[in-house]
Amino acid sequence: MRPLTYSRARDVDDALALVAAGPDSAFLAGGTTEVDLLRAGVSRSGHLVDINDLPLTAVEDRPDGGLHIGALARMNDVARAPGVVHRFPAISRALLQGASEQLRNMASLGGNLCQRTRCPYLRDGVSACNKREPGTGCAALDGPNRGHAVLGTSDHCIATHPSDVAVALVAFDAVVHTVGAAGARAIAADDFFLLPGETPEIEHPIGRDELIVGIDVPGTPIARNSVYLKFRDRQSYEFALVSVAAAIEVDAGIVTDVRLALGGVGTKPWRAWRAEAALVGGPATEAAFRRAAAVELADAVGREQNAFKIELAQRAAVRGLNQSLKGIRS
Amino acid sequence: MSTTESRQDIRGPHCVPVTVEINGRGRVVDVEPRVSLLDALREHLGLTGTKKGCDQGTCGACTVWVDGRRVLACLTLAAAAAGHEVTTIEGLADGDELHPMQRAFLENDAFQCGYCTPGQIMSAVKLIEEGNATTDEDISEFMSGNICRCAAYPNIRAAVRQVRDAAGGAA
Ligand SMILES: Cc1cc2nc3c(=O)[nH]c(=O)nc-3n(C[C@H](O)[C@H](O)[C@H](O)COP(=O)(O)OP(=O)(O)OC[C@H]3O[C@@H](n4cnc5c(N)ncnc54)[C@H](O)[C@@H]3O)c2cc1C
Ligand code: FES
Ligand code: FES
Repeated sequence: MRPLTYSRARDVDDALALVAAGPDSAFLAGGTTEVDLLRAGVSRSGHLVDINDLPLTAVEDRPDGGLHIGALARMNDVARAPGVVHRFPAISRALLQGASEQLRNMASLGGNLCQRTRCPYLRDGVSACNKREPGTGCAALDGPNRGHAVLGTSDHCIATHPSDVAVALVAFDAVVHTVGAAGARAIAADDFFLLPGETPEIEHPIGRDELIVGIDVPGTPIARNSVYLKFRDRQSYEFALVSVAAAIEVDAGIVTDVRLALGGVGTKPWRAWRAEAALVGGPATEAAFRRAAAVELADAVGREQNAFKIELAQRAAVRGLNQSLKGIRS
Repeated sequence: MSTTESRQDIRGPHCVPVTVEINGRGRVVDVEPRVSLLDALREHLGLTGTKKGCDQGTCGACTVWVDGRRVLACLTLAAAAAGHEVTTIEGLADGDELHPMQRAFLENDAFQCGYCTPGQIMSAVKLIEEGNATTDEDISEFMSGNICRCAAYPNIRAAVRQVRDAAGGAA
């Protein structure tokens, strides 16, 4: 690992001042991405601003039925907060199916949103990778690419976004709150993750010196019936090949409201807007679910090893909708 | 190196004294800020019970407790652990009296090479405290962050069950 300097921020203003002072400064929360990537030589941070003393750990129920989650709330604490378990079971399940108990004790929600892709070409430090070294190309296009994305890809990058909880947050219209030198901002979770396009190295619409302070999830009654299903190569402690956050509301056999998002298949946590539009007002039948899933995946681009995800994602979406409908939680 | 303004509380890149409470004792260790808690324990404090398997958060061999929660020492910077309470496998026994979980691992032959064992034990004690040892399925799920290359899993589960049941079914 390259040499580092380190400081502890006393409060939010201090954190912003410290991070702004150096061109290669970064925030340190749980460190489960940052320390790993520093050691791998992928992160070039030279100064770490430890933000763990900041009072941003709250997980609160809001009167409108929503949630406020502090940026430094740990994955386990969010997953097990009663308001999350009861009002947003998909958020709880997504968190508990991520990483391991030890990592979930360390990892913060702010850090989770900023975690980097697990693409092996980014991590190995030598392969062509436009995220790590813009302009070098993307080794995944023609190399082993079984884990890579089929939605939202470009000729410059097909890396999958790895977060589980981000899939559920995107499904429920969460809002990411930040502060920076220019003041406070509220960014819709769906906009917080950028498609790679021609600039895969730019992953979020925030500056290096902008601090996430919290995440708000608006009151969403339909979320009480939500499910999060994760399909992976081993049963536990593994990233998703495909995952789905789903919630559906039906009246007299007709879909009145639905939320659907996919993980493991997109270059960003993938809100299935098209499938949702296809479902609302129509029958809540398996055939309709199947058609809606097909609409969502219509533009998917499969490559040599990952084309199976196109079918798997559709089946996962159908199963997620069915389970939400029938109240089967996992 | 960053050109961060020279504030007294900006530490490194050279060695700085870091004060950590380890197994109930205040310890001061001189390390660079880039040094992990794992390397500080093993290379600087002679506490080699905590093992390094992957050094990237994937195996659990380095599991220790920080402020009573199980975490990975390889992804924790020693500097970030300053001011916190760390417990390692060396802190588990009561004098010559092994912790019940250590005994249960011996009695159930819950290892072969033993390399993953300190991490397994540090996780297993917490697993029972966390209340997630009720079924074998739960034991597997909530111990999944501790990989055993020798696949001693059935006997590890047996050791966990033994301690759970001896605790009066209080799991
Ligand atoms: C072995 C392993 C398995 C994993 N499995 C899964 C999984 O199955 N599912 C899943 O979702 N995740 C998984 N993860 C990823 C894990 O969830 C993330 O590493 C973690 O959530 C990051 O949070 P952190 O607090 O540790 O962030 P850090 O590592 O401290 O920070 C990550 C990045 O975010 C920045 N940052 C942190 N906090 C803020 C903030 N408040 N404002 C602005 N920037 C900030 C940092 O500067 C850094 O660039 C896994 C990780 C490992 C190592
Ligand atoms: S050495 Fe820390 S998880 Fe493997
Ligand atoms: S006993 Fe050998 S790795 Fe577990």
